[in-house]
Amino acid sequence: MHKHLRLSGLEPVTVTPASNFVNIGERTNVTGSARFLKLIKEDKLDEALEVALDQVRGGAQVIDVNMDEGMLDSQAAMVRFLNLMAAEPEISRIPVMIDSSKWEVIEAGLKCLQGKGIVNSISMKAGEAEFIRQAKLVRRYGAAVVVMAFDEQGQADTFERRISICKRAYDILVNQVKFPPEDIIFDPNIFPVATGIEEHRNYAVDFFKAARWIRENLPHAHVSGGVSNVSFSFRGNQKVREAMHAAFLYHAIQHGMDMGIVNPTMLEVYDEIDKELLERVEDVLLNRRDDATERLLEFAETVKGSVKKKEADDAWRKGSVEERITHALVKGIIDFIDQDTEEARLKYNKPLEVIEGPLMDGMNVVGDLFGAGKMFLPQVVKSARVMKKAVAYLEPFLQEEKRRSGDVGKPAARILLATVKGDVHDIGKNIVGVVLACNNYDVIDLGVMVPADKILERAKQEKVDIIGLSGLITPSLDEMVSVAKEMQRQKFDLPLLIGGATTSRIHTAVKIDPVYDGPVVHVLDASRSVPVASEFISTTTRKAFKDRTKLEYQKLRTEHESRRQEKNFISIAEARKNQTPIDWTQLSVQKPSFLGNKVLLDFPLEELRKYIDWTPFFQTWMLAGRYPGILTDPVVGAEAKKLFDDAQRMLDKVIKDKSLKANGVVGFYPAKRTATDDVKLYGDERADQPFATFHFLRQQNKKAAGLPNFSLADFIAPESSGKTDYIGMFAVTAGVGIEKLIAEYQAVHDDYSDIMVKALADRLAEAFAECLHERVRKEYWGYASDEQLTNTELIAEKYQGIRPAPGYPACPDHTEKRILFEVLEAEHHAGIRLTESFAMYPASSVSGFYFSHPQSKYFGLGKIEIDQVEEYAERKGMKVEDVERWLAPNLAYD
Amino acid sequence: MKIEDVLKNRILVLDGAMGTMIQRYTLEEKDFRGERFKEHPHPLKGNNDLLSITRPDIIKEIHRQYLAAGSDIIETNTFSSTRVAQADYHLESLAYELNYESAKIAKEVADEFTSKEPHKPRYVAGALGPTNKTASISPHVNDPGYRAITFDQLAETYYEQARGLVDGGADLLLVETIFDTLNAKAALFAIQQLFEDTGKQLPIMVSGTITDASGRTLSGQTTEAFLVSLSHVPMLSIGLNCALGASQLRPYLQVLAKEADCFVSAYPNAGLPNAFGHYDQTPDEMAAQVEEYLKEGLVNIVGGCCGSTPDHIKKIAEVAAKYKPRVAEVAHA
Repeated sequence: MHKHLRLSGLEPVTVTPASNFVNIGERTNVTGSARFLKLIKEDKLDEALEVALDQVRGGAQVIDVNMDEGMLDSQAAMVRFLNLMAAEPEISRIPVMIDSSKWEVIEAGLKCLQGKGIVNSISMKAGEAEFIRQAKLVRRYGAAVVVMAFDEQGQADTFERRISICKRAYDILVNQVKFPPEDIIFDPNIFPVATGIEEHRNYAVDFFKAARWIRENLPHAHVSGGVSNVSFSFRGNQKVREAMHAAFLYHAIQHGMDMGIVNPTMLEVYDEIDKELLERVEDVLLNRRDDATERLLEFAETVKGSVKKKEADDAWRKGSVEERITHALVKGIIDFIDQDTEEARLKYNKPLEVIEGPLMDGMNVVGDLFGAGKMFLPQVVKSARVMKKAVAYLEPFLQEEKRRSGDVGKPAARILLATVKGDVHDIGKNIVGVVLACNNYDVIDLGVMVPADKILERAKQEKVDIIGLSGLITPSLDEMVSVAKEMQRQKFDLPLLIGGATTSRIHTAVKIDPVYDGPVVHVLDASRSVPVASEFISTTTRKAFKDRTKLEYQKLRTEHESRRQEKNFISIAEARKNQTPIDWTQLSVQKPSFLGNKVLLDFPLEELRKYIDWTPFFQTWMLAGRYPGILTDPVVGAEAKKLFDDAQRMLDKVIKDKSLKANGVVGFYPAKRTATDDVKLYGDERADQPFATFHFLRQQNKKAAGLPNFSLADFIAPESSGKTDYIGMFAVTAGVGIEKLIAEYQAVHDDYSDIMVKALADRLAEAFAECLHERVRKEYWGYASDEQLTNTELIAEKYQGIRPAPGYPACPDHTEKRILFEVLEAEHHAGIRLTESFAMYPASSVSGFYFSHPQSKYFGLGKIEIDQVEEYAERKGMKVEDVERWLAPNLAYD
Repeated sequence: MKIEDVLKNRILVLDGAMGTMIQRYTLEEKDFRGERFKEHPHPLKGNNDLLSITRPDIIKEIHRQYLAAGSDIIETNTFSSTRVAQADYHLESLAYELNYESAKIAKEVADEFTSKEPHKPRYVAGALGPTNKTASISPHVNDPGYRAITFDQLAETYYEQARGLVDGGADLLLVETIFDTLNAKAALFAIQQLFEDTGKQLPIMVSGTITDASGRTLSGQTTEAFLVSLSHVPMLSIGLNCALGASQLRPYLQVLAKEADCFVSAYPNAGLPNAFGHYDQTPDEMAAQVEEYLKEGLVNIVGGCCGSTPDHIKKIAEVAAKYKPRVAEVAHA
């Protein structure tokens, strides 16, 4: 009967004679890897996990974890690291070897493993009783065990001692403890050779012989060992060490060693070892000649030091400190900024002079180049990162200076920025912050979802000169009006800047400007923020600029008023008569492959990457042009290419270390349309009571002949048709984990990476929506199973069916998102939350409906009349004024 | 008769859902409280396990219905009778008693049936549920290294539960609905400790839960990894229950049937829940799907989980009687 060693992580591993040799990854070992020790000591656990991941990807079939270091709380470190590994499915896929010489550490580790791992190791060092006790517990915790050839007398270093100890241990384990023999792994001690000490010369040979003896005499037991020990004398000479490891393994495996602790990513192939080197290595390992050690040492000298250092192009380092600082700022080079700043600090009288002198001079060059269109936003953001690092370096000196002299220096103009309550989008606001900071403004950024009272309180406290509000979703427009009203009430007279995707000059003029007597300006994009801010800061232009803007907005309001009165609207009843003409008798509805919700957790980003639409990504960075043409554009091409490469690198990173995750949920339900544009959802085709209802709006502007007044409801079969139709819906996010990345980047003042990761997460979320829609068409709903489209065609939406999102033109009511989220249980399943303004959090999220009808299409609702609003309020069971508030941008009346 | 011997000759039938049956009684807060917990400062409605003390008549009646339907093994009403799970109701101190009483009443009813039909002995499986915490998954997305409960805390709570079940007269112990294998390892660690401390051993049944079509447990293990992870325990049976309907469970049972060297059990849900969370698979539909396992010789013990009723069990028992039990090939022989 064959008994195989079976282990498990998230997946099983069976060691059979066919598996030849099991690689046990060794780099997650503080005693064997200085780098890993450093990462653990400095609590850089993410990087430590990457070491583990590298081992798995490098081919480790089991991963060894060792935290035995005098300066560490080994037990706590073991538990912490095993728990973190358990959260990384790519690592926890394989079994763990808990490696410690302390039983308490081993036992604590065993309590963290859901799979069947290996204990490394126990031995008879402290006598038989303790050995038996530990073996019993190992078994009860459900692990295999490595037994070291070690007894009361010490570690076995000869062939005879090795086999006698292993035999004794085996008999105790199998007969007394009833330990399954296939779960026993002997480590007959791999010791260094070529040490120059006579007694060490036969160490490798004795190990090989012991390995063979164990495999032949102790049925089902295995042989393992820590391979890198053997080359200990050649520390620092990686080439010789790797050759020794490969050759050692080659012979050890021949002798029956079937597992080993190795660095799987560094294993040299036996056949590829330099023949001369191999011969000398084998002379040592096999103890073939008396001068073997000398000959290998001699040869080792000749293969040393082959690593070349890349000489960076650092001619600019020879300039004056001011020139170097300017160069670093313009080029965005962060590597030397601390040392250059220190040099400048020693040269100048006060730390503040460094900021006002060389640093600001450099930033002025950046600002000029940006203003002249010779630098682009991604570069400016990198410059700002260098600037922030320099300022952070000077900060303690500034504090010290302040304390000593009481001189606080001349305050810079101060701008407070905030994304308003209920909104979570902040890429644009952050870019504005960076651009302003580059132009010597002191920016106080309050972040996202900031309520009005907090904005105004901080504005007073910090004595700011300007307040800037940002928002992306339509409800934020209303919130901005509230902030302006509150500023009026509290008798503020600070300039108020309005920015963000849904904001507009016309909205600012019509809704915000009239409620606040202070100056209000809509800022179209980040590049406009500097001239606008400077007009307000300068005492000479402030008054004139305010008057000019107030007048301009007054004019806009008047025009708006007159234009509005010309519009022609029809009643909702008439509009319904002019609905999309669809012959429902001709319809054969495709039933989705499932009903109810399907959850997609940790969707592979690698897959989503292919669906990314890059053009909006460049727009985020204020680089104009379509992808891929933009990469070769004569003006912005070079920067676009750099930005694109940085984006690819970051994508590689977040995919590799799984720091971003994508979750989603998709659902399909039988649906019927009512006469009043509601769509009722049913649990299944037989259900007679709907469990949820969506409410759609209909265009009411007078149309030219032949053009229907669209409503999304048109694309669902009416109740009266007697047909069973279906509606789909989805919510996806690619922002799971982003807070941690953002916090890391912000901690080191890295705005560039901060904006980059947000922009990428947004793209991934959109890509997820696109990818999922394709799956829905081809598979989940399956109404277009034979569709064949390229990514460009996908982006151009050349497919059947649509996926409109609540809050966007066809269905602008954000409050429908709540129903959508309830049906999908999106918060529970995908971890997407709705704010009080129905923004989705994480911000990189997309949700919407699926309509499959071939005539379904995107459209903009446009303005609607009070008759529909009143009816809609009744349909939804909401107050008319609440509906009017949510639909403010769509009202055809005041 | 020893259950191991019975299992060699025929397929044994477990009972069905307890919760589904309790729902039929539309009980109110006062039923859950009874006289004894009248003054308990926290709501108790929904604490089904407590009914073993406050309404033992109902629990016995449900056991009787399942036994009458043909169950060979009934599960004690103790899915949540651990300190950890009872903390939701502030009844931690009741854990031992809940298990003791539940085992006692189940045993009484089982004995009634055994004495009437000595050729068909009935067994009581003391059920140990998963608790509401996971030892190998962090509940906090931003702190993956965090654990809401430790192995030691779980082992302690399971030790107490197992002690109550054994003292109350359970014939078997069933560690069930395992969604995190580390929780189960803690339970089995505690059970083995209890056996060693008391010198009394019961057969152990183990049943995991594959949460969805990924074929993995909630904690991410494949069926085979799950089996390997628990293979250090001498088990009467290993199997799967809950989350999926009978037909969805089949591919994972095939893995166990092939690899396990002990008996194999399955007690699926009555299909998948509809949009309202209700199970609407009929007894005939469910029995027909279960019959597929039996034809393939995948199992030794069958029953039902969420949504199944005595009617379902009756149909399943009828089908089970027609087939021979799975014969373990003593894997890797």
